[in-house]
Amino acid sequence: MEFNYEVEGGNFAKAGNAASSVKKVLKQLNVDPKVIKRVVVALYEGEVNVVAHAYKGNIMVDIDTARIFIRIQDEGPGIPDIDLAMTVGYSTASAMVREMGFGAGMGLPNMKRNADSLKLSSKVGEGTIVELTTNLSK
Amino acid sequence: MLLMKIREIAEILDARVVCGEESIDRDINCGFASDLMSDVLTLDSEHLALITGLANMQVVRTAEMADVNCIVFVRNKIVSPEMREVAAENDMVLLECKYSMFNTIGMLFQAGLQPVY
Ligand SMILES: Nc1ncnc2c1ncn2[C@@H]1O[C@H](COP(=O)(O)OP(=O)(O)O)[C@@H](O)[C@H]1O
Ligand SMILES: [Mg+2]
Repeated sequence: MEFNYEVEGGNFAKAGNAASSVKKVLKQLNVDPKVIKRVVVALYEGEVNVVAHAYKGNIMVDIDTARIFIRIQDEGPGIPDIDLAMTVGYSTASAMVREMGFGAGMGLPNMKRNADSLKLSSKVGEGTIVELTTNLSK
Repeated sequence: MLLMKIREIAEILDARVVCGEESIDRDINCGFASDLMSDVLTLDSEHLALITGLANMQVVRTAEMADVNCIVFVRNKIVSPEMREVAAENDMVLLECKYSMFNTIGMLFQAGLQPVY
């Protein structure tokens, strides 16, 4: 099962709409609430990153019986130093992003903690791709 | 562990219930105060009340993702109709209170509400 969502950079009023919709789908599929929480927390932080740091993006969610795979792809400035970006506390977020309750440099570490695997690739001046996998098999 | 009903929290804080009136007899296990949503997203407590001075849609979205169903807005912060709508969809109770963050937390702590850590 595949779902796709568009994300607008800078639009905080809509940030979380994709994560909210995915949460509803996973609930309907009777996925374990603890797993749902991990998936949507990671997705939400990723969605907020596109809104906060990029121009626009696309979220693809693919669900099968074994795992939930999410790809968050954006057109944006990209990340010059991925190891640095993954460090707790590192943030280039604007004052506007901080006013929204983010920008403490915890998003990527939160995503890594909640997903079974996180792959991050980025091209400066082009954009960023984050891939999150959560296993469903017991 | 001491549980506290949302109703008691509202009474202690002289707070206005602006969403979820029908659910105020639910039990709360513990409280967490923050204006940083990334912090809230690290928690895995159940039946938690979030106390915050931030009033925007991201607070409600954060609560949705983190399975938080009670939010106390301090310092006279006003909940918007859009926030109320999303909160109602997710079965949340929203409270508005006039006290400062420090005062609010102090009163709840004194009444026995437990911290997360
Ligand atoms: N999609 C993205 N595009 C560009 N830069 C990003 C993106 N995601 C994260 N970053 C960079 O990595 C940093 C750390 O991200 P994160 O841990 O989510 O913290 P925060 O978003 O709070 O700053 C950001 O401040 C930003 O510099
Ligand atoms: Mg972030």
